[in-house]
Amino acid sequence: MSAKRPFSTFASLGGRASLARANCSILRSRFPVACVSRGTTFNFVENSLWRSGLQQPLLGPLVRYHASKAEGGEGLSRTPLHDLHLAHGAKMVPFGGYEMPVQYNDLSLAESHNWTREKASLFDVSHMVQQRIGGTGAEAFLSKITPASLATLSPHQSTLSALLHPGTGGIVDDTIITRLGPETSSPWSSIDSDSFYVVTNAGCREKDRDFFMKALSEWNQEHADQVTHYVLHRQGLIALQGPLAAEILAERLEEPGVHKLDDILFGQSRFLRLRLASGQLSSPILASRGGYTGEDGFEISITPAETPSIVETLLESAGKDRLRLAGLGARDSLRLEAGMCLYGHDLDDSTTPVEAGLSWIVGQDRRSHGGFNGDEVILKQIVPKSKGGSGVSRRRVGLIVDGAPAREGAKIVDQEGKEIGQVTSGCPSPTLKANIAMGYIKDGYHKAGTKVQVVVRGKPRAAGITKMPFIPSKYWKGGASPA
Amino acid sequence: MRASSSFLGAANPSRPSYRTAQAAKRLSQPPLQRSFASSRPFEIKKYTEDHEWIELPDSGNTGTIGVSKYAADALGDVVYVELPTVGLEVGAGDTIGAVESVKSASDIMTPVSGVVTEANSLLEEKPATINKSPEDQGWIARIQIENTEELESLMSEEEYQKFTDEVKADDEAGH
Repeated sequence: MSAKRPFSTFASLGGRASLARANCSILRSRFPVACVSRGTTFNFVENSLWRSGLQQPLLGPLVRYHASKAEGGEGLSRTPLHDLHLAHGAKMVPFGGYEMPVQYNDLSLAESHNWTREKASLFDVSHMVQQRIGGTGAEAFLSKITPASLATLSPHQSTLSALLHPGTGGIVDDTIITRLGPETSSPWSSIDSDSFYVVTNAGCREKDRDFFMKALSEWNQEHADQVTHYVLHRQGLIALQGPLAAEILAERLEEPGVHKLDDILFGQSRFLRLRLASGQLSSPILASRGGYTGEDGFEISITPAETPSIVETLLESAGKDRLRLAGLGARDSLRLEAGMCLYGHDLDDSTTPVEAGLSWIVGQDRRSHGGFNGDEVILKQIVPKSKGGSGVSRRRVGLIVDGAPAREGAKIVDQEGKEIGQVTSGCPSPTLKANIAMGYIKDGYHKAGTKVQVVVRGKPRAAGITKMPFIPSKYWKGGASPA
Repeated sequence: MRASSSFLGAANPSRPSYRTAQAAKRLSQPPLQRSFASSRPFEIKKYTEDHEWIELPDSGNTGTIGVSKYAADALGDVVYVELPTVGLEVGAGDTIGAVESVKSASDIMTPVSGVVTEANSLLEEKPATINKSPEDQGWIARIQIENTEELESLMSEEEYQKFTDEVKADDEAGH
């Protein structure tokens, strides 16, 4: 589970020139016009739209666009946790059309990062787009627009995948797809026989909507097995991450117990009810084991109304010695150490899963017959040139850079100074105390151990190609207790 | 100091209108700091809008440059400092180095023209000195200043304090 990319909105704002006079950058939070212009006021309604009867299809006459108190200044939206962030000393920045916390005043970025690796952090990721795709044609439809093996995906099992452009196989967005079961309890009950819970990036909201609208209308015209698509407006999504995440969550279960969550393995999900601080039980929340940090943890989908009370309950119950709020800043360095991509930086419309080092998201049962967007390009790329395929001319790799940290846009050159690639994400790693980066490099230079150089501020710096993740992942796969 | 690379940087466009207004305000007011072009009986410390400081002793014209405490706090944990080469000739506004933290890379610019005479090599070993002692042991470079009049347009300690207070207030209002 690794599809959560906060920073896509800024993809077009990179580069030194556009940042001139933006020294205040580090010093102040501002809401740039560029983000506002994204027209991010998607329709918000206070109710969870999973409630029968209140469902608003993405398509069709029921879609209403209206302003609500969920909208902040300058056209930016707010998550259900906005007030809670401010009360906890968050520094808010525009991200993906939302006002999001980048950092809280109790910990520095590196401290927050380390806290997540050693204890547990709670991230608000409600800006991400949560949706349900259902109907008798849902599996076939999703199998057309992604390379995932959905036929073998059991209920409450998730997979990382990518929405693909027809023809080119370029990545529209990366996504996590979970097959839902026959849920009966409100608000998760479904009128559809089969349905999937799909989470996509906030920064790709409009692009994904257009992509889905086109793909859905084509599908429904051509197929008797129809597909419905609902966006869960305002639905809360939080990520509880770190070695103490499971014990913190288990303590608030209806029937608490340290090992009560041991049978939810990485990539699996379950509906849980939590005991709120008020003593009441919450409605069912969907907890999926995984995240975007490389740590054990859960991503939890909650109705808008209950999101603040559940977060407050977890913070109070765990206490400040175990659990802290963490923002987008720590999330970025954590995901980079975990070798995970950030859409708009490490992935884009022109990149195929094979180039991105994500061939593994092309399911084994999809490799012989294809049948997904871009299959002709992608299936050829999977096979190296030496074995009769087309291979790829560039690949995503990990780098460790000596001296200065390499950031997005830095050129990768060979020992003679010839350009062979570009860095797409980079930062000093708080865990490794080394400068880590990922980028795209010419095929042939991609093997671990290859010595290259990265140009930072005009000077070439020694660098080496490194396997990712940069630090071992700690996903819960059963066995001894995670805590 | 200017962010050359940072997701916060990307999120924070400059506010020319605000900055211009600040500059105009300063110009319209009689300078708080007396002119020191001809004689400088006191040690002088000035600040830039980009959060560098420059200090000049009461005799001689070699200035010491660093980043302000306000900037060091905002940067967070500094992990790498790029220092200028001794002997480098620079013009006012030129980049003479960079400070890197987990969140961003920020250029350091010299507010005056001259020649770099010394760089603080302590920062190569202990970059976090910038966080611990930004306006003393965390100095970045010494520059032999061509024309000390270039310092006159910069902010005094009081003016800089006011400037950062306004930035902070504005920031909070932005929420």
